[in-house]
Amino acid sequence: MAMFRRPGVSPADRLFRATVLTVALSVLAITGIIAFELLRNSRLPIQKFGWSFLWGTTWDPIKEQFGSLPFLYGTLVSSIIALLIAVPVGLGVAIFLSELAPRKVSDPIAFLVELLAAIPSVIYGLVGIFVLVPWIRNSLEPALSGTLGFLPLFRGAPYGVGMLTAGLVLAMMVVPFIVSVSREILMAVPLSQREAILSLGATQWEMVRIAVLPYARSGIMGSIFLALARALGETMAVTMVIGNRPEIKLSLFEPGYTMAAVIANEFTEATSDLYLQALIEIGLVLFAVTILVNALARLLIYEVFTKVEVRE
Amino acid sequence: MNSVLLAHRKLTNIVMLTLTGVCTALVLGILFFILGYITYNGFAALDWDFFTKLPKPVGETGGGMANAIVGSAKLLLLASLIGVPIGFLGGVYLSEYGRKNTAGFLIRYAADILNGIPSIVMGIFAYTIVVLPMGHFSTVAGGVALGIMMIPIAVRSSEEFLKLVPASIREAGLALGLAEWKVVSFIVVPTAFRGIVTGIMLDLARVAGETAPLMFTAFSNRFWSHGWLEPIASLPVMIYTYAITPYEDWHRQAWAAGLVLLMLVLGANILSRLILHRQLKG
Repeated sequence: MAMFRRPGVSPADRLFRATVLTVALSVLAITGIIAFELLRNSRLPIQKFGWSFLWGTTWDPIKEQFGSLPFLYGTLVSSIIALLIAVPVGLGVAIFLSELAPRKVSDPIAFLVELLAAIPSVIYGLVGIFVLVPWIRNSLEPALSGTLGFLPLFRGAPYGVGMLTAGLVLAMMVVPFIVSVSREILMAVPLSQREAILSLGATQWEMVRIAVLPYARSGIMGSIFLALARALGETMAVTMVIGNRPEIKLSLFEPGYTMAAVIANEFTEATSDLYLQALIEIGLVLFAVTILVNALARLLIYEVFTKVEVRE
Repeated sequence: MNSVLLAHRKLTNIVMLTLTGVCTALVLGILFFILGYITYNGFAALDWDFFTKLPKPVGETGGGMANAIVGSAKLLLLASLIGVPIGFLGGVYLSEYGRKNTAGFLIRYAADILNGIPSIVMGIFAYTIVVLPMGHFSTVAGGVALGIMMIPIAVRSSEEFLKLVPASIREAGLALGLAEWKVVSFIVVPTAFRGIVTGIMLDLARVAGETAPLMFTAFSNRFWSHGWLEPIASLPVMIYTYAITPYEDWHRQAWAAGLVLLMLVLGANILSRLILHRQLKG
């Protein structure tokens, strides 16, 4: 009988399988434990403030009043500024790399753009503080208030640090994500799609606009959500340039604050349990939001690649 | 009329295509500006003291970051002890047993979620499971935070490289009567070994630059940290704390630390990508 034993069911094999399965399941367990620990360690503010934690505008550690709306607002606005800049630029690069540049040029450039994503966040912060902030204070903000000053967005004293600066730094940091994913997706669009419209006499740009981009739409949306998830959770660079003031102001020149930044700044200073747990609850909200945005991104990107596989 | 339309279409074409080139030049320009600026300021500030001396107290110039360099190394060692075994074995499961089943799908999904969690939240997590029970900041806590951050990439890259090993090689081993675990351990893993190691190197390069998860786990330390239970300094945290102070000499050292960190991270990145590139081609 032993001669006919199938491989894969001997005790040693079973042990091996069980070991790797256990380790692999620990990945699942860790993710669960993170959610649980965040929830468990923010029970005080959850009990005390309930949902009003999310729309309360006062953040006063001394009176123990904790509302996180200024941080939600700051996170959202700085990320939107980042996307408004990074999406057109990133898409431009992706189109250039997939449609115009020959493979020999496209690959090295894509590699360089990915290096941008490898630069540590604190280095962006360093360059932000010493280069971007003075430049924005002395050149960009005066220029913007001079030309677009009729909009309430571009009014006020040029501090240098603030929402606009944070958005600019974030834009630089998320551009590589948009470029590398969009480029892959554009390159996955079938050639027949391009040839069909070129044969009808379209110019190259019309081909991109009419035949390529719509085909890749959901994948590009996916890359944008991926970048958004990065921007929402980005900590160091933003903390160093946003000014760290928990207020909601319409002007983009004004200092703001983000969820990640308030955790980074105040965590070691939190003196009471309620204060500490309020910060952990902000972490919990950030965790939930980034998971949702990431999940959406993956669904969208996955959709394009399966569509391509089916058509080919 | 028709020729006007055609001219308009041609013009749009040229303008839009040029703009995509401009975008590319802009992004590359930002990359080279950052690299150039850090190199310029970093080189001016770098000296031997940086690598050999401890930080000086506020107000005194000079001193270095020897403790932070050793600190970063210790933290990365701890992180690898956690991240590499879990990541590697998880990758083995996904590639050898979990390609199409529910467990495989769930684990892959969990790894993707883990990868998307903001680093500051990882810091909170390490704080709640290590710092709170111990009652103080420690090297171990920082190592745990970075180690967990390493897991998702280690899992996925190990999986990808194991999957590249052709099925025929596995079948050849099984046909010779080898047990499954021997085929995996002595044939599949060694074949993919180089790829797995470079994947882990990329992973290490990524967490080496992390600041946020260390700020309230490993914290910082102006002196040598003995053993594994004391707070410890690290390069990224030092860059942050020095950059936001008003002292000129500390700014100088932040640039020096920035240059060292950037060279380590980008060096590891470029090296491992070159190795991967050659392996995928050959």
